Amino acid sequence: MSTTNETRPAEALRTGDRQADERASATKPLGGIAGWMDDRIGAAKGVSFLAKKVFPDHWSFMLGEIAMYSMIVCLLTGVFLTFWFVPSASQVVYDGSYVPLQGVTMSDAYRSTLAISFDIRGGLLIRQIHHWAALIFVVSVFVHMARVFFTGAFRKPREINWVFGTILSLLACIEGFAGYSLPDDLLSGTGIRAMNGFMQSAPVIGSYLSYFVFGGAFPGEAIIPRLYSAHVLLIPAILVGLFTAHILLVFLHKHTQFPGPGRTNKNVVGYPLLPVYVAKAGGFFFIVFGVIALISAVVTINPIWAYGPYDPSPITAGSQPDWYMGFADGALRLLPGWLEFETFGFTWSMNIFPGSLILLPLMWTIIGVYPFVEAWVTGDKREHHLLDRPRNAPTRTAIGIAGISMYVVLFLAAGNDLMAIKLHLSINDITQTLRVLFFVAPPVSFWITKRICLSLQRADRQKVLHGRETGTIWRYADGRFEEIHAQLTPEERWVLVQHESQEPLQLTAGKDANGVDTPIARKQRLRAKFSRFYFKDRVAPPTPSELEAAHHEHADHGAALDGGHEAIEPAGAGQERETIKADRQHD
Amino acid sequence: MNDNETTDHEKSTSLVPASGDGHDRLPASLIAGDDQFENPGLPAHVHRAADDDPAAAKRAERQVATLFGLSMLATLVFLVSYFAIPDEATFFFPGIGMAKTQNVVLGLSLGFAIFLIGIGAVHWAKTLMSDEEIIEERHEQASTPEQRAKAVAVVAEGVDSTQLPRRPLLKYSLGGALGLFALPLGLQVVGSLGPVNIDELGHTIWDPKDNDGKPIRLMRDPEMTPIRFDEVTNGSVFHVMPETLQKYIDEGKHVLEARAKAAVILIRLDPDLIKVQKAKDWGVDGALAYSKICTHVGCAVGLYEQQTHHLLCPCHQSTFDLTEDCAVIFGPARRPLPQLKITVDDAGYLVATQGFQEPVGPSYWERAR
Repeated sequence: MSTTNETRPAEALRTGDRQADERASATKPLGGIAGWMDDRIGAAKGVSFLAKKVFPDHWSFMLGEIAMYSMIVCLLTGVFLTFWFVPSASQVVYDGSYVPLQGVTMSDAYRSTLAISFDIRGGLLIRQIHHWAALIFVVSVFVHMARVFFTGAFRKPREINWVFGTILSLLACIEGFAGYSLPDDLLSGTGIRAMNGFMQSAPVIGSYLSYFVFGGAFPGEAIIPRLYSAHVLLIPAILVGLFTAHILLVFLHKHTQFPGPGRTNKNVVGYPLLPVYVAKAGGFFFIVFGVIALISAVVTINPIWAYGPYDPSPITAGSQPDWYMGFADGALRLLPGWLEFETFGFTWSMNIFPGSLILLPLMWTIIGVYPFVEAWVTGDKREHHLLDRPRNAPTRTAIGIAGISMYVVLFLAAGNDLMAIKLHLSINDITQTLRVLFFVAPPVSFWITKRICLSLQRADRQKVLHGRETGTIWRYADGRFEEIHAQLTPEERWVLVQHESQEPLQLTAGKDANGVDTPIARKQRLRAKFSRFYFKDRVAPPTPSELEAAHHEHADHGAALDGGHEAIEPAGAGQERETIKADRQHD
Repeated sequence: MNDNETTDHEKSTSLVPASGDGHDRLPASLIAGDDQFENPGLPAHVHRAADDDPAAAKRAERQVATLFGLSMLATLVFLVSYFAIPDEATFFFPGIGMAKTQNVVLGLSLGFAIFLIGIGAVHWAKTLMSDEEIIEERHEQASTPEQRAKAVAVVAEGVDSTQLPRRPLLKYSLGGALGLFALPLGLQVVGSLGPVNIDELGHTIWDPKDNDGKPIRLMRDPEMTPIRFDEVTNGSVFHVMPETLQKYIDEGKHVLEARAKAAVILIRLDPDLIKVQKAKDWGVDGALAYSKICTHVGCAVGLYEQQTHHLLCPCHQSTFDLTEDCAVIFGPARRPLPQLKITVDDAGYLVATQGFQEPVGPSYWERAR
């Protein structure tokens, strides 16, 4: 049956080439089902390549895995839920086992969700796993995204994958929104009500948009089946497709790695897929799934039976969306009402439109184009496979934190009512404060973050040049005290000195012979400005000669008995000091 | 363009690193000359206990096997409890409260059954599988110039053999056909999603026209019983629907659509507190009826603060002052809640003699037209 057993002539030429080949001939030949399969698809060629593929190890690389696994858990439990969920807004009278709602008129969607929660054994567990996994999915996507951003993993050649990831994260939010709207309970129905208001706020097309999406007047009977189709078919298909492309690109590019001894931009250091990563990453799937199941066992999420069926008239206090839509809800709470105005009898709902329909696309566009902006500013067209330590890219890190601070302000705003109640504060004061913070927090956090990064870089420099503080104080015979600094090993030192420190670009000639700005100069001047913004504050990594000089200084100090360990600047002072103070010098 | 070869390309521009140390490559970085540290290479591999000590390896094996064994046990618990625990059983979970026994036991057993496999596998990988790091070389992503040239040649040959470059008629007609063929599909979807009836947005079932021109009684929601004026005591709040809703309820059609715009909140307060004459006139001795649908994005304005006479929307905290004709005093809403003019009929019941004089609910483009 199998033809793989025959010795092929080419194989004889490669004898002893690789250990794996020797092993292959020593162990039993590929037969049975595997042989039958290989006869038909020839997968054996790829297996040996894939099995030995190397992945670097770092805890932060697990974040993307959490996203991947919680997505798989969502897909799995989601399929289960479709067996019992009825995506219909038809009104029925509840006669299930949950006593408080018996006899109440409700939509079939809500009735079937109650049935999943009370009448289908284990149904509540599956529903809660699905909801928890969705929340964890979106969290991990965002945190993974932050990791990629702050370590500069989005740089060439991975810009496309960054864009894929950006779209994935947006889809994750939309998918989540569509999902939690399906049960048609009072809370989610209120969310759909708000969504209807968002659509109506769109200039010119708003009313049409609302009628198209809802298939007529709000709420209608079309929105639940349409959201269902989007939630179980349309968005998951795109999600899974993009996710596959995302993973394939990771395979193609080989994973980035943090700098370290032996790691270069030209290699990847780590463990092979088989067996270590199969065990670790495969095991991690079970850990993620297991933890989600454990949470779902003991922590109730979205108790729709407590909210009651959707009805446009009643409402509950503390109506909020799931967490990932919180920032958009917060934006709506912060936008002041006076932004709405009328021209020629047409209403511009600028108190709603920017926070509802503009915010998400705008935010994700900014995120998506960032790698291209940074690449244009730096002019860096090289491939980067070594990650940046966030402190070594102070401006990027500060931009990221500034963006996050803006997000956090919006996110907090979505809880302004709860904060007011729990903290006994005025909701008006909280809202006003957050309105101010929305503009103040980003520049302040930018500045603070950048300073912290630069200080950390200086600390690294000092550590390289003067060693690590051991905490051991020596007292000399002459009464002098000195803290012993231990020199770093070359391996320890390498992490602190390996990075490139970019300097700002400067314009040399921007005018032609007649003193007129050349067209290229205008663009270049802008770029020089950006470059200064990014790189004018810089701390250069120490060089071997600086280290040498620092050693001499220590020796000198030792001789002079003045124990100058607090001195930061290396000996040969003047110009060395300039490097460290370069940030001021360039101002 | 091959953007890997930017060094030459960028040379022609006038941007150089600020330090001006002669090199003009981009990006500007200070790594210059030989004065830099050398990569010390991979550190020596440190053996783990299980690498050298067979006893430690045996111990690790037992630990992993125990974890897998416990997982099987948890699976067994799940299988038994699925049949053993009745649906309605509850118990007191310390720190959490009353919990559904079935959900907790099934969830914990399933969770541990899965979790322990994961922990076991990871422990196995960390103690027994090789932890020697392997170095794999990277190669530049871009194809070599030869490969690129070949690809260009192959594609060009293919395009040539279609004769497209020589036959513009084909090019334009194909472009036109491809450009247009999506239109029918798009039209079908968008055109059939509706129907659109924008006038409807400005209409509620409070209009006496819906009641053969007769005034419409205010009904308690959800009981649908009429409200006698003398039942409306000072400070009381009623959630109100129009009498005309009953027809929709009886027919069982478009109930929610009607409710979504017709919801009204009826509150009585001291008439002297009402600062706006129109508001006073449209009410009955301090009993005022306002649309309950927020003018922001349409949530129900459900929270009435009896002391301050503020109505608060729980969605985005728009605050309306009842004494000021429900003007917005805080939050993202722009317009006051529309007032419903009410009076008392001969039988002593509250009625609306005219519908809302403006569209209720959230703004929309054509609202003021």
